[in-house]
Amino acid sequence: MIPVCRIEDLPEGESVRVEAGDATAAIAVFHTDGAYYAIDDTCSHQDASLSEGWLEGCYVECPLHAALFDLRSGEPTCLPARQPVRTHAVTVVDGMLYVHPAAHTVPGEPARTAPEEAVA
Amino acid sequence: MTTVATVTVVGASLAGLHAARGLRSQGYDGRLVIVGEERHRPYDRPPLSKEFLTGEFPTGDGDPGEGPGRLALTDPEEEAELDAEWLLGVRAEALDTAAGEIRLAGGRTLRTDGVVIATGATPRTLPFPHPAGVHTLRTLDDAIRLRAALRAGAARVVVIGAGFIGAEVASSCAALGLDVTVVEAAPLPLVPQLGEEMARVCAALHARGGVTLLCGAGVAGLRGGGRVTGVELADGRVLPADVVVVGVGVRPAAGWLEGSGLALDDGVRCDQGCVTALPNVVAVGDVARLAQPGTARTVRAEHWTSGMLQGAVAARNLLAGSTVEPFEALPCFWSDQYGARIQYAGRRAPGDTVRVLEGDPADGGGFLAVYERDGMPTAALGIDRPRPFTRLRRELARAPQPAGR
Ligand SMILES: Cc1cc2nc3c(=O)[nH]c(=O)nc-3n(C[C@H](O)[C@H](O)[C@H](O)COP(=O)(O)OP(=O)(O)OC[C@H]3O[C@@H](n4cnc5c(N)ncnc54)[C@H](O)[C@@H]3O)c2cc1C
Ligand code: FES
Repeated sequence: MIPVCRIEDLPEGESVRVEAGDATAAIAVFHTDGAYYAIDDTCSHQDASLSEGWLEGCYVECPLHAALFDLRSGEPTCLPARQPVRTHAVTVVDGMLYVHPAAHTVPGEPARTAPEEAVA
Repeated sequence: MTTVATVTVVGASLAGLHAARGLRSQGYDGRLVIVGEERHRPYDRPPLSKEFLTGEFPTGDGDPGEGPGRLALTDPEEEAELDAEWLLGVRAEALDTAAGEIRLAGGRTLRTDGVVIATGATPRTLPFPHPAGVHTLRTLDDAIRLRAALRAGAARVVVIGAGFIGAEVASSCAALGLDVTVVEAAPLPLVPQLGEEMARVCAALHARGGVTLLCGAGVAGLRGGGRVTGVELADGRVLPADVVVVGVGVRPAAGWLEGSGLALDDGVRCDQGCVTALPNVVAVGDVARLAQPGTARTVRAEHWTSGMLQGAVAARNLLAGSTVEPFEALPCFWSDQYGARIQYAGRRAPGDTVRVLEGDPADGGGFLAVYERDGMPTAALGIDRPRPFTRLRRELARAPQPAGR
């Protein structure tokens, strides 16, 4: 479980990148569409950082080649990305946001915590 | 098309692959043949001048025996879905539109009902012999050769041409710790693309990477007998070099279509929907020159995004038998140089003014700028500003463009 930030520091429409330690790739955490979502930060197409992407509802558009990812499942909805990115569970405890890196999650499998539950 | 039994895609790269994907995703279930001159399956070119040269890809990726590795644009699963016949390492030599035949190297002919021309472009060369050690960069095999040469103890590299490819190669060579000089014939590089003010900003990136940029310098010859030893400039100076990279632009690979009756004019002429004068022949990607509705102008884009997006449009129009959908995507490209990510979108014309919205081009920390004409935005340029750049790009895509563009 990695602390991200206080909820007031991640307003709706914003995103933040967190380094998840040696074993895990960086994670992008988004606050959009009334929920928090976390996915691997690096686009599965090449090397762009999805935390710098464009948010539209529960989708993020990759800043480099505009592949669109569904934040709920990590699945790309259009080319050029073809592989999903991993999703991670987000929880809020006492106004603090945490991600739970899904070390064993199969790429593309939905996060174990439903986004609705993740919202404080 | 009335009866389509076979569609042949000539050119097995970005645009051809996306056309093939488009055909299948739009329900084409006939025979699909993909002919490619290179021995490799479709792979992505942009990394060839960037991560691939600097070696940021894990070793083994993109090496000869192993195919394109991480550069691959397809995977076995997708290839199975595409259900195409791949003729790789085979060059198409002629198109006989009347007979519906494509002649392949080796004398074989292919009967086909529809044709997708996706042969891309080939690098221009200098008008004198290129001794060993002089490279151009377009293909994976080119990149493998150049990478090997840079690792084989080269110390001094001269890059001829300061366009995007030249600048990226120079940046990669500098990252490898080599001594790099870039020679550019024009007084300032990239002016046609970016306008003078922003071209100046991008040209300054070379200095940031420790690379010498010589502008207004014509090349008079290449020194060296068997191997290149230097580049001779028009003013008599000689720049010593172990490796020379020639990045002086490309020309569309349309030579094989001479005699086909198709209109060739620095590319294959087509309407705004990638359709040539024949409804069963379309052209996509770097080789395609599209009509611009409402103007006498035609455009050929040498950008990755156009190559990718034109495939789907061309496929639809080919299957419909006429242009039912124009290609309207905003031109866009990106480039990575000296640790900076440059992104551009839109249609800048000479005389447009440029306004910096965020950041300061002078301090090297990135910025976002908008080009305007009569108060209307025409294009966006960002360095290391991916998010606000995307916002501006999306606004541009929605905004009505000034008349005549
Ligand atoms: C080193 C490099 C870096 C780049 N970086 C960027 C970048 O950062 N951003 C960007 O927007 N764009 C970039 N581009 C441009 C982008 O890669 C091209 O726009 C894109 O590859 C065009 O795709 P295409 O399919 O039209 O042509 P190509 O990718 O050139 O493919 C054409 C294919 O057709 C084959 N062919 C040619 N003639 C025949 C024939 N007669 N018979 C059979 N096959 C044939 C060729 O072998 C080739 O494989 C870069 C290009 C290069 C070379
Ligand atoms: S890096 Fe994200 S779409 Fe290419």
